[in-house]
Amino acid sequence: MRKNRLWLVVAITIAYSLPLAAQPTFPENGVANPRHGHYAFTNATIVKDASTTISNATLVVKDGKILAVGANLKVPAGAVEVDCKGKFIYPSFIDIYSDYGIPAPQRAAGGGGFNFAQPAQLETATKGAYGWNQAIKSDVDAYKVFSVDDAKAKPLREAGFGTVLSHVKDGIARGTGVVVSLANEKEHLVIIKDKASAHYSFSKGTSTQSYPGSMMGMIALLRQTFLDAQWYKTKPAAEGLNLSLQSWNDNQGLPQIFEANDKWNNLRADRIGDEFGVQYIIKSGENEYQRIKEMKSTNATFIVPLNYPAAQDVEDPNDARFVSLNDMKHWELAPANAAAFEKAGIPFCLTTADLRSVNQFWTNLRKAMEYGLSENKVLDALTKTPAMTLGIYDKVGSLDAGKWANFLITNGSLFDAKTAIQYNYVQGNKYVIKDDNFIAGTYNLTINTPAGDEKYTLDVKSTNSVTMFGKDTLNTKFSQDGKVVKLSFAPKPVRQRPSGAPEGGQRPPTAGGFGRGGAGTDATLPANAPRLSGISSGQEWNGTGIDSLGNPLTWTATFVKAAEAKPDTAKKKDAPVIGKVVFPFEPFGWEEGQQPKQETILIKNATVWTNENEGVLQNSDVLIKNGKIAAVGKNLSDASAKTIDGTGKHVTAGIIDEHSHIAAASINEGGQSVTSEVRIADNLNPDDINIYRQLSGGVTSSHILHGSANVIGGQTQLIKLRWGANDDDLKFKGWPGQIKFALGENVKRSAAPLGNNRYPDTRMGVEQVLIDAFTRARDYQKEWKKYNDIKDKKGIVTPRRDLELEALVEILEKKRFITCHSYVQSEINGAMEVANKMGYTVNTFTHILEGYKVADKMKKHGSFVSTFSDWWAYKMEVEDAIPYNAAIMQKVGLVVAINSDDAEMARRLNHEAAKIVKYGGVTEEEALKMVTLNPAKMLHVDDKVGSLKIGKDGDVVMWSDHPLAIYAKPLYTIVDGTIYFDRQKDEQLQKQVDEERLRLVRKMNGEKRSGGPTIPAMPSYQIMHSCSDHGHSHGLLVIDADEINND
Amino acid sequence: MKKIFLILSIGFFFSVNAQETVLPTKPHKGVSYIKNATIHLGNGKVVENGTIKIVDGKIAEVGTNVSVPAGTTDVVDATGKHVYPGLILATSTLGLGEINSVRATQDSREIGDMNPNVRALVAYNTDSKVINTLRSNGILLANIIPQGSFVTGSSSVVQLDAWNWEDAAYKTDAGIHVTMPSLMARPGGRRFGGGGGSGPQQPASDPVKEGLEQMEGLKSFLREAKAYLNEASHEETNLKYEAVKGLFNKSQKLYMHGNTVKQILVALDFVKEFGLEMVLVGGSESFQVAELLKQHNVSVILSQPHSLPTGEDDDVDQPYKTAAVLQKAGVLFAISDEDGQTRGRNLSFNAGTAAAYGLTKEEALAAITLNAAKIMGVADKAGSIEVGKDANIVVSEGDILDMRTSNVTDAFIQGRKIDLTDKHKLLNDRFQQKYELKKKGF
Repeated sequence: MRKNRLWLVVAITIAYSLPLAAQPTFPENGVANPRHGHYAFTNATIVKDASTTISNATLVVKDGKILAVGANLKVPAGAVEVDCKGKFIYPSFIDIYSDYGIPAPQRAAGGGGFNFAQPAQLETATKGAYGWNQAIKSDVDAYKVFSVDDAKAKPLREAGFGTVLSHVKDGIARGTGVVVSLANEKEHLVIIKDKASAHYSFSKGTSTQSYPGSMMGMIALLRQTFLDAQWYKTKPAAEGLNLSLQSWNDNQGLPQIFEANDKWNNLRADRIGDEFGVQYIIKSGENEYQRIKEMKSTNATFIVPLNYPAAQDVEDPNDARFVSLNDMKHWELAPANAAAFEKAGIPFCLTTADLRSVNQFWTNLRKAMEYGLSENKVLDALTKTPAMTLGIYDKVGSLDAGKWANFLITNGSLFDAKTAIQYNYVQGNKYVIKDDNFIAGTYNLTINTPAGDEKYTLDVKSTNSVTMFGKDTLNTKFSQDGKVVKLSFAPKPVRQRPSGAPEGGQRPPTAGGFGRGGAGTDATLPANAPRLSGISSGQEWNGTGIDSLGNPLTWTATFVKAAEAKPDTAKKKDAPVIGKVVFPFEPFGWEEGQQPKQETILIKNATVWTNENEGVLQNSDVLIKNGKIAAVGKNLSDASAKTIDGTGKHVTAGIIDEHSHIAAASINEGGQSVTSEVRIADNLNPDDINIYRQLSGGVTSSHILHGSANVIGGQTQLIKLRWGANDDDLKFKGWPGQIKFALGENVKRSAAPLGNNRYPDTRMGVEQVLIDAFTRARDYQKEWKKYNDIKDKKGIVTPRRDLELEALVEILEKKRFITCHSYVQSEINGAMEVANKMGYTVNTFTHILEGYKVADKMKKHGSFVSTFSDWWAYKMEVEDAIPYNAAIMQKVGLVVAINSDDAEMARRLNHEAAKIVKYGGVTEEEALKMVTLNPAKMLHVDDKVGSLKIGKDGDVVMWSDHPLAIYAKPLYTIVDGTIYFDRQKDEQLQKQVDEERLRLVRKMNGEKRSGGPTIPAMPSYQIMHSCSDHGHSHGLLVIDADEINND
Repeated sequence: MKKIFLILSIGFFFSVNAQETVLPTKPHKGVSYIKNATIHLGNGKVVENGTIKIVDGKIAEVGTNVSVPAGTTDVVDATGKHVYPGLILATSTLGLGEINSVRATQDSREIGDMNPNVRALVAYNTDSKVINTLRSNGILLANIIPQGSFVTGSSSVVQLDAWNWEDAAYKTDAGIHVTMPSLMARPGGRRFGGGGGSGPQQPASDPVKEGLEQMEGLKSFLREAKAYLNEASHEETNLKYEAVKGLFNKSQKLYMHGNTVKQILVALDFVKEFGLEMVLVGGSESFQVAELLKQHNVSVILSQPHSLPTGEDDDVDQPYKTAAVLQKAGVLFAISDEDGQTRGRNLSFNAGTAAAYGLTKEEALAAITLNAAKIMGVADKAGSIEVGKDANIVVSEGDILDMRTSNVTDAFIQGRKIDLTDKHKLLNDRFQQKYELKKKGF
């Protein structure tokens, strides 16, 4: 309860609004009353900033500014002296992530994102000379829509804030923010800086436009807007006036603040900044402690909220069952987030943003401090750092002459549990938070009745608790609200209590209890209880009342002695014991220092499937050294190697999944029919449990594809399943890029029940989209070539860079390869014809379930093919899909891969390959190649992976059985010579997971039993991305990404 | 493998992309034999080098000492091959839906949440092109189940070689199906929008309370139905009451579709009052309460072992291991394959996976044969190769649980040797010819 004390005393707040100076331009209704607020606060301990404290010092303010600060200052003539003996003075706090005084953005009905079921909104709904995308609101200036809102200012002032940076929290680009004081003054006077910052986010806010409908789409939109804005500086006639780009450019000189809200999003934002020479200030989320090294690498200043998840009620084991370890760990560790920033030496500000109520601020701040955040850092993060970050340290952020008179007066050192903020001065205006009127202690009460004086003793404990003694201890109801004192009491004791036992009126204060009247003892008071009311003059209270018979009376209470200071029994809290961060922040993640390392590994005496001319070698060895295959053969030895007995076991190259949608924050950008500008690489998610699950099925590389929402989808990313690595380290290095195309039902949105309004709606239109895109790409290529060929570019306007067309030009230049979602023969032939016409090749046809019908043509075109083993009949265009497809295509001479497109099936790709032996009779070696060497070929990495050849990457699996047998299980899955999955170690990790779960469930239950706030248990759902092509049931806790309205 | 293509291309040289030429076979009359096989009886036993004698559609003899009279022509020589009882797909919408995404082809979900009177059998389309692809993988019987919310209707067991649903009916309306309420909070979509998590969000309503109310409503329905059925005559006929009559005389079982422990507990409470025979369908969490299920004699159909674990924290192989947990506890269980992409034809491989993760091969086989027959109430005539039962038999080149060797060469339903052609084989054949693959040595 101790931590709540500050809140109790905030109960009384009265604002003394003191117009500093009338605005000259405004007429006065009445007589002029010029006042200057000239005060000198003397004898105080003044904390000028986190590193400078002056004892016995004076602060002089006038006209809302600080005139002087220091020891031995004379009180100037004309100043009112306020004796601050025993008090501390601090600069008021600054919150630079606020929407104080900003009207709430209104969202129009409908739209909002791409959804297979909804019609699209393809154009902006904003009227005027603005840019094409509704989520780019760079033209919005907060200072133009700002208005003073004292109801919102009050809780902020009570928490100690004097200054905020406000902006309109709406859109991907959000325009500029305004710095204002929290004084209850005219808008003209409270604005400290009108255009103080520019704001960005990964949320479309009220935009109803379909694009962007994904994380990668938002990133692409920001990148393209940077390019367009640069180009707009050349005043291109074709663009006319574009207010959005104009404002974008105007805003670039301001501090740039990006609301990213999540560890990976922070990195995504920072990378956009890096590309365009901008260092964003990043508004963080609650989970940065999970990747603090990466946060540090951004070199950004962060704005850190103090929001934490509540404990869940997990007493029912059946409820606890579905609350994930991650959610419980995060609950435990989130309060340590701010401390993690401090420990890592990352500059940061603190904000009240994200809190359900500003009233939580101090509770949560104290919790952050329990978890290791230091007092000095807190003060800095609330004063100097935000002021420096915005470049307004000349105005606020410390107590120095010339700055705005925004300061706090407290009755002790700010962070002591017993200390209260008594006054928050904003622009020299005094706002009372907890006045001195109330003095706890013993009072003598005299009630003057017609029968004579009655004497009592009052032991006043708090503003709503008193113990009253006459002959006996009496039941009371008491309140002191500012100067007004009220007391009623039972004239006779209701029941005896042992002395010293708490009275009814001493109900323990509860959080947020301020503002309530007395403690709830009225029920115990008789109806005829005498009622007294009076006014406090500090040490003396005087008033009137009515006695138990209804007669009027008068009364007086006088202060006798202060309450005896109770010895501080509360022990200094030890830092809480908390679990360890694991990498990734997932079950089966590694603790720091436990990550598997690259080793020299020698597998002895196994059946080795080389995928090379040597074929399958019996009783042979494989040596992996420095992350590469060092030797394959018999009787190998290496003294430094970890030796694994492979007797009776099989060794193959790691499985490569040509078509996967794991490990990404978003998969489909369907807002337009051509989105070659979006990149899966921009939104990789290393915290996907499916990485580990695929490792358990022998997969070492996965090709993460854009979905099939549109004809030209996004750029794909090949990853290696380095469980625990960050997003950048997941990438398969040295891989030429690919891009996803799609044909057929999905791109014409056949499943949309309300119909489709996005071009194309037929396979005829699909062909035209392709032709149009590549025609534009060729023109674009020509335009740039022409420009690049000009030697003297003086006076020549640089063409506009177009990220969409750039990616297509890469295809034409054979630097980027297509993998094309396709099913029926007409569209496959159509796609090849367009490719031939436009001068490119369709590198891979993926899905390609009617490939068997056109295998000869694809061979001639030079395509690879990647298919499912036996899927069919889930939609019209796969009605003719047959499981013999792969075998026929292979026999015709195509390089065939079997892919998963599904996190579940990806764990059994060896079995999917085995089905091609069953259906069509390819040899077992050829079948295995369909999930190893063949996908490597179509991904253009067969020089690095796909077979057990000396010099290739050490991506190797050891199986318990024949790798195509249903009974085969991977025993080791090795990537780059590092064992990422080890079936025995998996059992240990599972034990750790179970133990950690048990510990945390108990801890949450403890929290509940000790009266802490808990919310009902919420199952931890996971989002699963797919091609949106076929339904999968992945169990109780999985939500398909398509069910989610991306916003 | 080459042999198969050869047979196919001879048999259907002139056939085109259709299965209209695949005819249901006439009833079996007389005597047939399958000889020299490794016979997996389905009840856990294996007979090496055995012979099966089929008389008028029934299994007359099984063993190593069954002699085939000289001159008998109706003999399948299964030397080197493995013989199994016909596989049984215990949960399916086969014949109720042809193309998943095309609404017009879908007949599995009726409107409303109280449909005990709805009968899956009458919509079962014997000409579905999916059926023959399942036969090709050894599936000869299937339990056809209506889908939907709450009480979805009655299921029937069909045999997969028929002209129409009347012919197909193997056991009619033997199960009443209830899709249990989830009893589990589900967040609104916005929780997942954009970037960072803001922690759990409280559900708007209490799904446990709501679900329990729904189940109480069903209890009331059954109480009223029971009372109604006890009346000698009725002023008004109630079709829904009439539809559940079999539950009370145990000619019908109650199939509760649910997964979580809470659902299981609620289901156990539910059947207690009425003394119903219950089958749990789904059962992904059943491994946690296997003993309890055993105590209450509840049988389980694991609808999809090829599945991801329920939660991130679970054993990565949990769905593969659940069958072994039930086996160990003595629970009667079957394995099914509800996959919408492969349409159920990987049934034996789901069982194979369970064999890789703790079952013996014969236990895994029972989970897709005899156990399923017991659960569906057809064990008197199907599910194992035992004397007196229908001759529902599959011959495979090798281990049917493993795709490396699982190639069905012959199949018999009620003794009838069925045509194993299917749409896929026909299309395969058609394009073999297009590319002249045989000529090229494939």
